[in-house]
Amino acid sequence: MHEFSIVQSIAEIALETARNNGAGQISSVEVEVGQSAGVVRDAMEFAWEAAGRGTLLEGASLVLKEIPLVVRCRNCQKTFHPDELFDPCPACGDINPEIISGKELRVVAIEVKYK
Amino acid sequence: MCDHCGCGGEGTGYSLINPAESDHKHEHTHSDSHTHEHPHEHHHEHPHGHQHTHEHTFTGNRILIETDVLQKNNLLAQRNKGYFEAKNILALNLVSSPGSGKTTVLELTLANLPGQRVYVVEGDQQTTLDADRIHAAGAPVIQINTGNGCHLDAEMISKAVRTLNPDNDSLLLIENVGNLVCPALFDLGEQYRVVIMSVTEGEDKPLKYPNMFQSAHLCLINKTDLLPYVDFQTDKFIRYAQKINPSLQFLQLSAKTGEGFGQWIEWIREKQP
Ligand SMILES: Nc1nc2c(ncn2[C@@H]2O[C@H](COP(=O)(O)OP(=O)(O)OP(=O)(O)O)[C@@H](O)[C@H]2O)c(=O)[nH]1
Ligand SMILES: [Mg+2]
Ligand SMILES: [Zn+2]
Repeated sequence: MHEFSIVQSIAEIALETARNNGAGQISSVEVEVGQSAGVVRDAMEFAWEAAGRGTLLEGASLVLKEIPLVVRCRNCQKTFHPDELFDPCPACGDINPEIISGKELRVVAIEVKYK
Repeated sequence: MCDHCGCGGEGTGYSLINPAESDHKHEHTHSDSHTHEHPHEHHHEHPHGHQHTHEHTFTGNRILIETDVLQKNNLLAQRNKGYFEAKNILALNLVSSPGSGKTTVLELTLANLPGQRVYVVEGDQQTTLDADRIHAAGAPVIQINTGNGCHLDAEMISKAVRTLNPDNDSLLLIENVGNLVCPALFDLGEQYRVVIMSVTEGEDKPLKYPNMFQSAHLCLINKTDLLPYVDFQTDKFIRYAQKINPSLQFLQLSAKTGEGFGQWIEWIREKQP
């Protein structure tokens, strides 16, 4: 389950930022997760508690913001929201559109408390 | 807690084993949340192109970060890639479901490349069975046991390659952990990703595991000797895979009979400058 190492990386990024800013506690971590990023939300939430145990992240909530999959047809330039990666273009049937969003896996911000 | 040294590392510990050393002495690594190796670089994309100082922006107690979660791996992968390019090493990342034939393909590939310097990195959760097979086939090999981890990452490859210390102009074959999901996300710095699919797996795999087929350059369709006994429709499989990745190339072979290996060896030689 790669969500464990993904969550581990999120924790490292959050902890380092908190320490560099002299924060006493992290209350939440906001992460953008693209619809086609290749991770399972439930698995990330499952791994979250263990990743933060005994650190400034203890008890912090993981806020996952889903970014929808948006693609642009390379043939007719139509922008659309496919259900599955690489559904054909609804206007011209072309395949292999360009991905505009939906692959994100990004730590956006943390909320901290100062002592 | 770590089985090898009892250091209390949480689950992500992995180990490197060289089967050529009879005592199976291994280097042992942990990434735990108390070390801070990750480079403190924050990428901010600003379409308006204005100058930006790398300080965090405060909004009350909210600290903006905007860092890609895979950034650490991607930076290390870029470093690996630079190393391979500088030494003119062709590095291939072989991915597949468990049992599609990665190790068997590697064994026969070694036998078909006489005179070529080939190094192998084996990734499995446990055991040195695959590395022992490659060692028996005569190539320098490092086994990475990922423990609970389900994929190789760029840091593991960097460590393994440092141990192998490959010659210039050589070939590095990396067998990833058998898994069609997780290895897709982790760039190792390889020039090409090769997905192996065996005819016993069913044609629908590309639709079920699109990330893996999307990120691959070449697909080896293995175990073609079994085609008479299974319902696998090769053209249907290729159509599905091309729907996910129109530029994916396909080669059909059997690691049992050696049929089709000529084209695969030719593909490797073509890619190696
Ligand atoms: N009939 C047939 N069997 C094959 C072929 N290639 C591999 N096998 C068999 O398939 C089984 C698995 O092969 P491996 O090479 O160990 O597969 P793998 O992908 O390395 O497996 P993991 O490392 O466990 O993920 C073995 O019993 C092989 O002998 C082939 O082309 N034809
Ligand atoms: Mg194997
Ligand atoms: Zn279109």
